[in-house]
Amino acid sequence: MLAYIVRRLILAILTIWAITVISFVIIQLPPGDYVTSYIASMSASGSAVSEAEADALREQLGLNQPVYIQYFKWMGLILHGNFGMAMEWARPVRDVIGDRLTLTIVVSLAAVIFTWALALPIGIYSAVKRYSVGDYVATFIGFIGLAIPGFMLALIVMYISFKYFNANIGGLFSAEFADAPWSWAKFVDLLKHLPIVAIVLGIGGTAQMIRIMRSNLLDELRKPYVMTARARGLSEMRVILKYPVRVALNPFVSTIGYLFPYIVSGSIIVSMVLSLPTVGPLLLKALIAQDMFLAGTIILMLGVMTVIGTFISDLLLMWVDPRIRLGRQ
Amino acid sequence: MAEATTASPTLAPDQEFVTTQAEEQIAVATQWQLMWWRFRKHKLAMVGSIALIVFYLVALMADFLAYSDPDASEAQRSLMIPQPIHWMDKGKFSPYIYGIKGTRDPKTFKRVYVTDPEIKIPVRFFAKGFEYKWLGFIPSDIHLIGVEGAQADETLFIMGTDVQGRDLWSRLMYGTRTSLIIGLASVALSLILGVMLGGISGYYGGVMDTVIQRVIEILRSIPTIPLWMGLAAALPGSWSVNQVYFAITLIISLLGWTELARVVRGRFLSLREEDFVMAARLAGCSRMRIIFRHMVPSFLSHIIAATTLALPAMIISETSLSFLGLGLRPPAISWGVLLQDAQNIQSLAISPWLLIPVIPVIVAVLAFNFVGDGLRDAADPYG
Repeated sequence: MLAYIVRRLILAILTIWAITVISFVIIQLPPGDYVTSYIASMSASGSAVSEAEADALREQLGLNQPVYIQYFKWMGLILHGNFGMAMEWARPVRDVIGDRLTLTIVVSLAAVIFTWALALPIGIYSAVKRYSVGDYVATFIGFIGLAIPGFMLALIVMYISFKYFNANIGGLFSAEFADAPWSWAKFVDLLKHLPIVAIVLGIGGTAQMIRIMRSNLLDELRKPYVMTARARGLSEMRVILKYPVRVALNPFVSTIGYLFPYIVSGSIIVSMVLSLPTVGPLLLKALIAQDMFLAGTIILMLGVMTVIGTFISDLLLMWVDPRIRLGRQ
Repeated sequence: MAEATTASPTLAPDQEFVTTQAEEQIAVATQWQLMWWRFRKHKLAMVGSIALIVFYLVALMADFLAYSDPDASEAQRSLMIPQPIHWMDKGKFSPYIYGIKGTRDPKTFKRVYVTDPEIKIPVRFFAKGFEYKWLGFIPSDIHLIGVEGAQADETLFIMGTDVQGRDLWSRLMYGTRTSLIIGLASVALSLILGVMLGGISGYYGGVMDTVIQRVIEILRSIPTIPLWMGLAAALPGSWSVNQVYFAITLIISLLGWTELARVVRGRFLSLREEDFVMAARLAGCSRMRIIFRHMVPSFLSHIIAATTLALPAMIISETSLSFLGLGLRPPAISWGVLLQDAQNIQSLAISPWLLIPVIPVIVAVLAFNFVGDGLRDAADPYG
């Protein structure tokens, strides 16, 4: 058990390291740096930046040093909890991201909970009542969920709600709470806005999960021990829930590790459409402006978040599956 | 299961061993024939295949199906509403459309379009229109539909126009071509990467296997869209359409190969222990021969199924990236580029028809999934 946790932990740390390198490389890839795009935007608005000014700016931001030194400097800052300055905003990255990152986590978690709450019972139902009308309906919804990417679903839902209910479902808060400090009323307001966002984000994952649960459980239901349990006179509820569902849950739980990155990914682009105050729109703007500290930190944070999510799902898997808990073989 | 029982029927002791014609057919059928028979039974997969054939015909014939130049913009025709074709005229088949007059609302200064039932413009099939080179080298100016006595790109808008007054139907045809080709190209690249790395991982095992598996795990635990966004944003703005096209294909496949590699590795692992592989090895076959002559044919069908299932993800990736403005950039046309016009509630409220490109995306993704599912079931002899 300990060996399992240690192995997972090492992998998680390795992944986080890979993510720091990847996010730094991404930021370095575009030709030019923040100063070049700053000059471009300044000259677009009519004011010129002299060569000396540009050099001074580069010096100040540390952009004229070799790439690997920039990487180590960046890493050093991060380890001290300092994520650098968001150049465009002229404020520390931490302040710019802060609330948005929390909201990204809230939105993603809501979607994961929605996915699970829906996929588990529906999956069990369609496996037990195979080829029933309900099963076909679930399969159909599953296919739709699979075929419509989150952002398109967001567009469609937005259009329908506008057209038929004359309501704008965008945003996570009502107008009066958008800039208000946190309070109980704001929290309640958030809870009211969350369901639609969770559904839009979660439906794709739900479709996958239903299919996984259904096929796992179908495999288990065929096995002789189920028949034995039934022959012994256990109630149907107990026959299904106590053993086969528990075994089928194992691969179901292990996929949550992939579900989380999937949902976080989706939340980025869905946030653009539904104008949610998450890190998504911020990342897009930062990438376009080549604001390296900001974009790098966002990609890093999202990566770390998913690694932690995956690690938790590994622990969960250990809790569900005694074979892992007690050490394999 | 069904095929397994028919191939070796369980017989009651007093029953004579008689095989029907159908069973004999199964006994001598090749692997591909068996697959085709099983695939044919999968109704959704058959429907999906037909849809895919139609899609790729559209991709092939985009210039023929479009009736106006996809880049022909005209501010006077900005955001025109879709214009239905009336098929019957006085009980006879004679398709026509009504003329449309554009005026400016004196209060809001918005352009408003009114159909003028006085003007009937006949629609003709195989009409002459803008010139194009079919498949890049056969010059032609014949289009599926066109209007008589007028330029198609000035009068006919069966799906309306976008803000710049470009005809949505024609653009959709070209967008379909781009999106489907990008999907195919990316899946081909991922397949090469996946088969190579998955094959090495599965066949050799050991340290290589561990390293490749860890890389796959790391790649899969990173949220893809931020990563794609980062890579795509790094493409220089000065690149030509074709360069961007190629780069996007590369970016999508760089992250998309993991699933295929997983499938290939799994197959290699299970086949490595099979008796026929051992027999081939003992008979002194070279490693290459064992892989390509003995192992690959027995899991080729699975790879094809996995590839088909990977394609929709590639198409969605391209669409998402272009939708964000980080993928293909205008003047390139793809489903994602078209959907960029429908990004916010304001444009949806004024011009809901710009949402039409959502439909082909959904249909294509569904079709690929159905066909992939059908192929997977057909490829599995015990399914």
